Amino acid sequence: MEFTAALLEHRFLQLAVLASLMASICCGMVGTYVVVKRMGYLAGGIAHTVLGGIGAAVYFGFPAMSGALATAVAAALVLGCIKLYWREQEDVLIGALWAVGMAAGVIFIAKSPGYQVDLMTYLFGNILLVSPGQIWLMLALNLCLVVVILLYFKQFEAIAFDEEFARLRGLPVTALYLVLLCLIAVSVVVLVQIVGLILVIALLTLPAAISQQYVYNIAHMMVLSTIITALFCVSGLALSYGPDLPAGATIILVAAFTYLASTLVVRWRR
Amino acid sequence: MIESPASEPVIDLQDVWFRFDDGPPVLEGIDLRVPDKEFIGVVGPNAGGKSTLLKIILGLYQPCRGRVKVLGNSPSRARSRIGYVPQYPSFSRDFPTDVLHAVLMGRLGLSGGFGGYSENDRNRAREAMAETEIESLAGRHINTLSGGQLQRVLVARALVCEPRILLLDEPTSNIDQRVETDIFDYLREFNQRMTIVVVSHDIGFISKYVDRVACLNRTLICHDTADIDGRTIQELYGTDVQMVSHRH
Repeated sequence: MEFTAALLEHRFLQLAVLASLMASICCGMVGTYVVVKRMGYLAGGIAHTVLGGIGAAVYFGFPAMSGALATAVAAALVLGCIKLYWREQEDVLIGALWAVGMAAGVIFIAKSPGYQVDLMTYLFGNILLVSPGQIWLMLALNLCLVVVILLYFKQFEAIAFDEEFARLRGLPVTALYLVLLCLIAVSVVVLVQIVGLILVIALLTLPAAISQQYVYNIAHMMVLSTIITALFCVSGLALSYGPDLPAGATIILVAAFTYLASTLVVRWRR
Repeated sequence: MIESPASEPVIDLQDVWFRFDDGPPVLEGIDLRVPDKEFIGVVGPNAGGKSTLLKIILGLYQPCRGRVKVLGNSPSRARSRIGYVPQYPSFSRDFPTDVLHAVLMGRLGLSGGFGGYSENDRNRAREAMAETEIESLAGRHINTLSGGQLQRVLVARALVCEPRILLLDEPTSNIDQRVETDIFDYLREFNQRMTIVVVSHDIGFISKYVDRVACLNRTLICHDTADIDGRTIQELYGTDVQMVSHRH
């Protein structure tokens, strides 16, 4: 109740809700691929590496999000190539890149001239500080994601389902896989402001994993995960508002508890 | 081309050798010519190289020596005209997809590049599902299918590719005897319009259906089923064949 009243009154809350809706679109669509193709660890690697880019951008005086986007895409391509061509070292290399990105970011940010950037904001997000400019950026990135996914819907479904068969049907499997990783990279950038780099991975997996328990079709999974993410973000925001909890962390806990409850219900019903 | 397409083999392997990395040879000097519309069975012991041979025909593996031509082309170029039914589904059974969508995947490369599948694709998929008698399963999640039903899904998926060659790897390994007979009955029907290569461990069974048996255990020897008409299947393929395959 308190939240609803505040929502009507405060513009920053309205922007936060709008940002939640933006986040839910990319979580629903890209998260579905992350879950069905089991790319959670890779997505985590991409997300954490992004801090290096943000730090570098801040240090050299560029907008933080431009650094984030460039690094996310670069990390996606590098990790994709490791996965494709250096399989035996995959675990080590992904873990190393993950840590190196974070380390570089922390050093850049510590050495940034002028004002001290709030490291915590990038790591854990701050949905209450979303600016209209960021909403537009999220909208633009979401549009890119939606267009690419709709255009290549059956191709992505095919490589997620059965890579070998997709290759036999003449699909450029490697290229599609790298594009898919770039989509994850773009979603990470959309989600940084909401829940931060560290918590991104939960929003890219839990809503889709919950939907997978109820629907048997990629498109339905995308729609259901989008709705679920929106519910998580808005309810997490509302729950955190009264007791003044960090919003991003509250959203993640709501998602995790729901996943646990849903899994138990599904198990119990079988 | 000098030869007429009819007389040219659709699969032509000459002195093909294959090994994994630095391992021992899996295939040694394989010569195999499969004429159009033949129904050929490839038998042999486990790890004799049967699946490897199929993957070479598909261009998934490159031979370290020798020449492979499929439909007069390199395997990777001919691939779109080959329908392939793997021994084990190369996908996870809990993937969120139903039978219709799994079969539709065979339309990739034939269907338009952008967006979803067309009405024509769906019609072709339904036709293929009718041929393998799984129309009624169209909306079922793949996780709920029996081994035999899943096998039919894989065959239907290979059929919607409109293949000229159908390759099947142990199509009967996970299903019961009655279904096994069914599968070979409809394969014989498909053989009217396409070349079929079927890999099997059960030589006694497939010899009732195929024109020719290729016995593969690193090297390959072909037996014409017509040549051995006089003797009973049991004599030839029951115990003797084990000895033949060991001798190669």
